[in-house]
Amino acid sequence: MARAALPGRLTWRAATLVGERWETPSARTLVLDVPDWPGHLPGQHVDVRLTAPDGYSAQRSYSIASAWADNATDKTVELTVQRLDDGEVSPYLTDTLEIGDQIELRGPVGGWFVWRPAQEKPVLLLAGGSGVVPLMAMIRARGAAKGKQPFRLIYSVRTPEDACYAQELSRRVRDDPGLDVHFVHTRVTPRKRIDVATINSYGWPADFTPDCYVCGPTTFVEAAADILVALGHDPKRIRTERFGGTS
Amino acid sequence: MGIISRGFGGRRRESVPGLPPGQYLTHDFPVLSAGPTPRIPLDRWSFTIATETGEKKSWNWAEFTALESADVTVDIHCVTKWSKLGTTWRGVSLDTLLADVETAADYTMVHSFGGYTTNVPMEDLLDGKAWIAYKFDGEDLEPEHGGPARMLIPHLYFWKSAKWVNGLSLMNDDEPGFWEAAGYHMYGDPWLEQRYQGD
Ligand SMILES: Cc1cc2nc3c(=O)[nH]c(=O)nc-3n(C[C@H](O)[C@H](O)[C@H](O)COP(=O)(O)OP(=O)(O)OC[C@H]3O[C@@H](n4cnc5c(N)ncnc54)[C@H](O)[C@@H]3O)c2cc1C
Repeated sequence: MARAALPGRLTWRAATLVGERWETPSARTLVLDVPDWPGHLPGQHVDVRLTAPDGYSAQRSYSIASAWADNATDKTVELTVQRLDDGEVSPYLTDTLEIGDQIELRGPVGGWFVWRPAQEKPVLLLAGGSGVVPLMAMIRARGAAKGKQPFRLIYSVRTPEDACYAQELSRRVRDDPGLDVHFVHTRVTPRKRIDVATINSYGWPADFTPDCYVCGPTTFVEAAADILVALGHDPKRIRTERFGGTS
Repeated sequence: MGIISRGFGGRRRESVPGLPPGQYLTHDFPVLSAGPTPRIPLDRWSFTIATETGEKKSWNWAEFTALESADVTVDIHCVTKWSKLGTTWRGVSLDTLLADVETAADYTMVHSFGGYTTNVPMEDLLDGKAWIAYKFDGEDLEPEHGGPARMLIPHLYFWKSAKWVNGLSLMNDDEPGFWEAAGYHMYGDPWLEQRYQGD
């Protein structure tokens, strides 16, 4: 694989919560003002660090949901955090952090799970649960760049109420030419899982040599990436991001 | 110390000695990889060491698993913040594999099926610091975790312990591998929190 230039040093920055949106009853988008943010590519993530009054601290990674445009006036960075009820960090970010509060973050991190608007191939996005976050950044970046690459998103969620960005996605399907979205509901009867038939029907044929991005809980990513390989997609065109967990 | 978060810290994970900074303890075995999990049939498996002068030495699966092996119990630390303590592996020490290899190289590039690479200084592979492991917890190493065989270099972040390993090239100069070119640190010492370039 090609050699790339080495990126520079990543420092911890203070980020201030300046806006918020509940995407679902358990997923909250944090709109963060990060002075001197260098910009990012869709697919990259940040590391968040929280420090308790006694000095104890914890770090987690969160994908960036927003697209970045150097010339835009809005210079905020958005994260979407799914609350895990027994989690240490995510419930703090969804339920405790208030407008005006600060957290530390650094980034952007990751040079492989990224989509660049200069890529010309069709794109297939497979999302499991909160794995939609970096894929949404790709959809938003394509929209901002008025990209013509055909994009398909297959988004697996428990129920329709668990889908993040649902309204924005249906607006974009209407307004962004060449974007299709298909939902798979795992907790609505008849229960579905992402399977060969779904990816065959709603993805791109392997002959089109699409760039594939698969993101979500580890078990979802394993299953979906295995199906892509079985359908003949070149493993080198399948980029994955595993969020952890087993659900 | 950084910004203080009011009300944070009530649900902290088990605190244990032996954790590098920024890491938390997990009892699962999370997976970090850049693509699908390759499944490599044992009859197509081989491991090749190529020296800086182009000499090559290879083992097939039968030859490799016939080499003297060692059982090791080590702590592992992933750059995505989880650590797992006291994991047990069986593998072949790099000391064994490099014993008859003539080289003066200071650096190495570890190669994997699928084309992934990661760079490791030679001295970090020697003197009982690194193995090519093919059993985890007494069982054959699962493909998801790098089977048939993966590198095991527990004193560095776990991406250096390349999965699905198939070769090692010895180099006079350091070069970034796949993960390092994507932004991860050239060396990756968890105790110094060398996660990303520049740390
Ligand atoms: C590169 C990367 C990008 C990520 N991007 C996002 C993102 O955009 N949005 C987001 O919400 N999360 C994302 N995550 C997951 C995030 O980093 C945390 O792991 C997650 O928020 C849980 O942290 P916690 O402290 O709340 O839970 P913890 O206290 O760490 O864990 C609580 C329990 O949940 C389990 N668990 C941990 N992670 C998951 C998971 N992902 N799914 C299900 N169970 C889990 C643990 O095994 C444990 O039992 C990303 C992870 C990575 C590696």
